[in-house]
Amino acid sequence: MTMKKPFAITLDPGSSLANKTGAWRTERPVYVDRLPPCNAQCPAGEDIQGWLFHAESGDYEAAWRHLVRDNPFPAIMGRVCYHSCEGVCNRAKLDAAVGINSVERFLGDEALALGWQFEAPQAETGKHVLVVGAGPSGLSAAYHLRRLGHRVTVIEAGEAPGGMMRFGIPKYRLPRDVLDGEVARIAAMGVTFRYGEKVSDILAAMRDEGADAAYLAIGAHIAKRAFIPAKDSSHILDAVAVLRSMEGEAPAMLGRRVVVYGGGNTAIDVARTARRLGATEAIIVYRRTRERMPAHDFELEEALEEGVKVKWLSTITGAEGGKLTIEKMVLDADGKPQPTGEFETLDADSLVLAVGQDVDTSLLAAVPGLVGADGMVAVDLVTQMTAHPGLFAGGDMAPGERNVTVAVGHGKRAARNIDAWLHGKVLAPKAQKPIAEFDRLNPWYYSDAPKTLRPQLDMARRTSSFDEVQGGLTEDTALFEARRCLSCGNCFECDNCYGVCPDNAVIKLGPGKRFEINLDYCKGCGICAAECPCGAIDMVLEAD
Amino acid sequence: MTQPIKFYQTGTFTVGNRLLPEDKRTVQSSTARDNSLNSGHRACQGCGEALGARYAVDAAMRATAGQLIAANATGCLEVFSTPYPETSWQLPWIHSLFGNAAAVGSGIAAALKVKAAKAGLPEAVTRVIAQGGDGGTTDIGFGCLSGMFERNDDVLYICYDNEGYMNTGVQRSSATPPAARTATTQPLGPEPGAEFGKGKNVPLIAVAHEIPYVATATVADLHDLEAKVEKAMSLRGARYLHVFVPCPLGWGAASCDTIRLARLARETGLFPVFEAEDGEITAVTKIRRPVPVDEYLRLQKRYAHLFGAKGHPETIARIQAMADKNIKRFGLLDAEGAA
Repeated sequence: MTMKKPFAITLDPGSSLANKTGAWRTERPVYVDRLPPCNAQCPAGEDIQGWLFHAESGDYEAAWRHLVRDNPFPAIMGRVCYHSCEGVCNRAKLDAAVGINSVERFLGDEALALGWQFEAPQAETGKHVLVVGAGPSGLSAAYHLRRLGHRVTVIEAGEAPGGMMRFGIPKYRLPRDVLDGEVARIAAMGVTFRYGEKVSDILAAMRDEGADAAYLAIGAHIAKRAFIPAKDSSHILDAVAVLRSMEGEAPAMLGRRVVVYGGGNTAIDVARTARRLGATEAIIVYRRTRERMPAHDFELEEALEEGVKVKWLSTITGAEGGKLTIEKMVLDADGKPQPTGEFETLDADSLVLAVGQDVDTSLLAAVPGLVGADGMVAVDLVTQMTAHPGLFAGGDMAPGERNVTVAVGHGKRAARNIDAWLHGKVLAPKAQKPIAEFDRLNPWYYSDAPKTLRPQLDMARRTSSFDEVQGGLTEDTALFEARRCLSCGNCFECDNCYGVCPDNAVIKLGPGKRFEINLDYCKGCGICAAECPCGAIDMVLEAD
Repeated sequence: MTQPIKFYQTGTFTVGNRLLPEDKRTVQSSTARDNSLNSGHRACQGCGEALGARYAVDAAMRATAGQLIAANATGCLEVFSTPYPETSWQLPWIHSLFGNAAAVGSGIAAALKVKAAKAGLPEAVTRVIAQGGDGGTTDIGFGCLSGMFERNDDVLYICYDNEGYMNTGVQRSSATPPAARTATTQPLGPEPGAEFGKGKNVPLIAVAHEIPYVATATVADLHDLEAKVEKAMSLRGARYLHVFVPCPLGWGAASCDTIRLARLARETGLFPVFEAEDGEITAVTKIRRPVPVDEYLRLQKRYAHLFGAKGHPETIARIQAMADKNIKRFGLLDAEGAA
């Protein structure tokens, strides 16, 4: 373009866009995605940050659908999961961890209230998978296998689904209508359930059912016995039997003074159950100290609030009639309890042993070499497959921490590997992204907001009824809680990079599409990376 | 347990926020922003002034629906944006001399007033801003600026304060803070760097002119800056906006720390952010996370002589005292925050 120029002007006006300042750059910003600590921690492999993202905008159904890609039990998880995710939440370093568990429960309850259902699989594979055991792990595997298009038959020895969720976890922690609601949704996908059938030989069962693969998840429900010299008159029960009896017509008779022996979550469940059955005293006897107790501290805290007492550093050495002999212990240098020779007696109408559970491996008798020395089924920890091709196992019967969430995670992992195996493939391990650490965040940008505590059932009703102890969040508080998520390590489109670039070198691609760097003009100053709230931009040296 | 549901994850701290209604988001978060100062300008990496100018002028462009003319003083902003024959400005833009941006603005406003009168309009539709750095505003252009205020000409004057003459090689201006090293205030002698007790506070001088609107802002608080520009453009008469813009080159700071420094300047109390109308201070931005001045000073090599083996803790204490005086004078801390 030429135009008539004023006196002494020889050049046409031009835009600075001709000046590609990107040539100055020695470092370039690169958008990265990191693994949020909550997601990395979740034993069920949930994309917690992913579903919170939808919940933040109030789209609870999208949040729920995103959640159930990994775990079909949000309402159950929201009650019984030990939410180790919250233990690693970066927000705890600002004020308090995001109440992930309570939002999960809110989503689960919304789904049950509004009747959201799982989608049926898009195509049938024609393969049939047998699942033995309708506990959390078996149900999780059945759900994921069905989603992948396989025909699934679940055989359960008990008369109802749920496994330890029904026969181990007391109602005050998990109301049964919640359990039934979430299991019914899996049945509605077309999974066949058969109850009251015990599989005695897994290979025979697979043959009879015409199954192409099987997933074993029968749990660990044989109570371990502690040897306590006792006269016949002593009333000694095991924790599994006590908790199981709560599901039947006749709850166990425990009396007014109940002693529970053990230090795990089961011991606490029994003690709290005893209180609700009318025991005036429920005393846990445990060999070590509170710091060394395997039970979760919040459960112990709730039990103490309900009047449960604990005798620390004590073992039971004998029982006679209504009297227990207790020996005081001390911890040695290795933290192991050692006897002191000091004794006392404790009155007890009943003694409940909660000292662990073993696996009933009789259904594997015909397949030699599958049971390890520890009495558990040996599995490949990546695929959950046993040494017998096509036979997978998980949950409490396989190695790993024993809780509902871990069991659900085993089920998912097994389902995905069974699917791969049925297609003659091996699942390629997913490349693990580095963790989104707190140090990478710029917490200035997050609004201050402490955690919304869930209402707790007032104390009077807690010890006299089996009503649920933990209340849920309301819609308002759930939304508030979800919005406390920092989105660690993954862009949430706050527009900071787009706004703070002095060179307009960040291109905004629109909702859901994030941003791009215009390398023609980016000078590599690094402000975008420094001011990214969630640490989703790295500065990377330019090659020479 | 009902929470007032007014929590948006990052609230209004970030540039944008998908959870906020559209009208609560910033101009800068919009893909429709004018980019009044376009890419390809020759400002240093991490230039606070380039950022501040785009923030302010884009906001003024939106407030006037694009009916805007800018007069520009000599300085970095002029030199890096418009080396003949190229320019980064995407609005009518006039540069005359170092010291006369306010006067040029006054002249444009007068011309527009005449044009409006001839067209039978009550007032000019096209609005005027004049802008410059602290040198062109607090020193060289000060007479013209005071005249523009005193005549209450219909101009918004925006000063981008980077506390020195950066374009010519980092010399002291009357906005350079005490103890800072510049080419003309070397870190030598008993009182190294710029002397205490000198310089001037032009925002307060502007308030003393009792003009319709005076405000300070930083590049670290975009929502606040944009709101102030919008407010200024809603008024007629002489208005003054003083924007704190860190200079990585002149301050010896990392280019990525520009916004962080602006944030710290406000959070330490060294740069009070306030608004005044007709000679009265009407609002201050409270400190959200109080920090001692060290945190701000340490990031800048112009204060390096205050730290290290010998150091000047007594000088740091004097700077802290300046910050404390601001906090008290402007009431920058809430009662509970002060405790």
